[in-house]
Amino acid sequence: MSQNNNYWQANLRLIALCLAIWFVVSFGFGIILVGPLNAISIGGYKLGFWFANQGSIYVFVVLIFYYAKRMEKLDREHNVHEDKDD
Amino acid sequence: MSLQATTYLVVGLTFALYIGIAIWARASTTKDFYVAGGHIHPVANGMATAADWMSAASFISMAGLIAFMGYGGSVFLMGWTGGYVLLAMLLAPYLRKFGKFTVPEFIGDRYYSKAARIVAVVCLIVASVTYVIGQMKGIGVAFSRFLEVGYDTGLVIGMGIVFIYAVLGGMKGITYTQIAQYCVLIMAYTIPAIFISLELTGNPVPQLGLGSTMSGSDVFLLDRLDQVLNDLGFAAYTTQARLSLTNMFVYTMSLMIGTAGLPHVIIRFFTVPKVKDARSSAGWALVFIAILYTTAPAVAAMARLNLIHTIEPSPGEYMVYDERPDWVRKWEKTGLLAFEDKNGDGRIQYSANAETNEMIKIDNDIMVLANPEIAGLPNWVIALVAAGGLAAALSTAAGLLLAISSAISHDLLKGVWMPQINEKQELMASRVAMSGAILVAGYLGFNPPGFAAGTVALAFGLAASSIFPALMMGIFNKRMNKEGAIAGMIAGLGVTLLYVFQHKGVMFIASATYMGDMPQNWFFGIEPNAFGAIGAVVNFAVAYAVSNMTAPPPEHIQHLVESIRIPHGSKEITGDH
Repeated sequence: MSQNNNYWQANLRLIALCLAIWFVVSFGFGIILVGPLNAISIGGYKLGFWFANQGSIYVFVVLIFYYAKRMEKLDREHNVHEDKDD
Repeated sequence: MSLQATTYLVVGLTFALYIGIAIWARASTTKDFYVAGGHIHPVANGMATAADWMSAASFISMAGLIAFMGYGGSVFLMGWTGGYVLLAMLLAPYLRKFGKFTVPEFIGDRYYSKAARIVAVVCLIVASVTYVIGQMKGIGVAFSRFLEVGYDTGLVIGMGIVFIYAVLGGMKGITYTQIAQYCVLIMAYTIPAIFISLELTGNPVPQLGLGSTMSGSDVFLLDRLDQVLNDLGFAAYTTQARLSLTNMFVYTMSLMIGTAGLPHVIIRFFTVPKVKDARSSAGWALVFIAILYTTAPAVAAMARLNLIHTIEPSPGEYMVYDERPDWVRKWEKTGLLAFEDKNGDGRIQYSANAETNEMIKIDNDIMVLANPEIAGLPNWVIALVAAGGLAAALSTAAGLLLAISSAISHDLLKGVWMPQINEKQELMASRVAMSGAILVAGYLGFNPPGFAAGTVALAFGLAASSIFPALMMGIFNKRMNKEGAIAGMIAGLGVTLLYVFQHKGVMFIASATYMGDMPQNWFFGIEPNAFGAIGAVVNFAVAYAVSNMTAPPPEHIQHLVESIRIPHGSKEITGDH
């Protein structure tokens, strides 16, 4: 059981990391800090506007695949994966 | 071939494809009907989820909405995509591990209470029915605009198509048609966008074109747009906020939580074989959604610029009304576009000043619908846009109808009223429930209730304030008991409905508001549509308080929570009790 508990704690830490990034790119860069970031331009995009219109979505996609990949590894490390025999 | 004939041909071909799939993918068991047999590949499920999720509103209305809201429209872009991060990490894998057919079934088992299951069914049905009305209207509108058949006839044809594949195939038929519908709608959306981006910026990728310079100039497209809008007296496109940053923050959060809590999206993740597939499938869903959602802001900005260029071809030189282009004439007839030459100079001035503005009506939807004509694209592209709009509306309607009918046949009938019915009888019941749901949705499409305009926002508010917190606490808080969960759902739902009714009128009857619908009366300036996140906070707080004052859940429930947290031992989905 403590084995499973360690697995759960590791999962919670990973979720906290991913959701922190999720929050920063959308609510942080796209809304709260949009003013200051708009002073910076990449190409024709103001940076804050870019995060709100495009960038946050790209980061969301990467985050989900990163989470899925890390969890598959955690599943195996903690021996709770689905292919294991009973 | 005339435009009319081409449109009939393209739409007819897509419909024939959907019916062909329906016949091929018939459901023979309740497992087929509710979860497509549980064997859908995660990439295929991602594609089906994308079609399930992207509705008539995403396809037809969103770009137009953003075109006139500028930066403020970002709440929809971030809100309707960010929810998938929550879904992938907080809900989908654990609910897949739980391994049952419906969302209310999880709530009923986890909170060891039929009452909780019934509350969840009510929330699900209210959220899904309000949402389906919008799809039905979308089907009727797409038919009447492109195929020049009446709204009512269009609605009946649409209902007939959904009826064939949803009643025959259930989730199995719906899944395969959604995959086909995704392909149709994404082509229909991106092809005009690529041409317009090429024409304006020389860059074929709309996402890059939006950040590029205008063709034959070194001025950036977005700078030019800000400039011309400022000259006309409008706010600059890239900095125009929606009311306030606080409002944008809460609105975005509500849409994200609401997205993650919508049952018709969650049940899609019950169709994949494994827990790890549920995680990656959410990522694939977002990839397919992002293709449209990152194209939409480019379509929005470019269409707005094109529109202004049509009205004011060069600075100070306005369009002569009698020499207006054909697409303007065509869309004037639909009533979506209207001009009034107020100063009688034979030209059309466009301005932020309502007194001198002569483009007196411009509907949001025109930005996507008229796009191919504005860019002078061939007839088959226009026909494809018609087929794409229909695919978006049909795929979402079918997903919602499945969520509704499975809640009725599986949660209410089999779960509560008649537990003794066998598999065959339940399959029959689910088909009858599906037929009934289609008829009710069709009826509401013919007679949209007065509150239809506010309803899609209401669906998000309900899902955010009731369903999402109950599911999340059921997984992440072992101590959460039935008293807490039920009190939380009712409190969250109550606060959200109260706020919406307070400002929009009881049941959206405008005269029944007891506080006017105006920003100075709003709580911290938060608009009613954005209130789901506040409802969710209330739900969490009430649930914690109540559960700490009452007895902890029984031991077998704590074991249940432990088992859904680990992938090991996941079984094929079943509806057994």
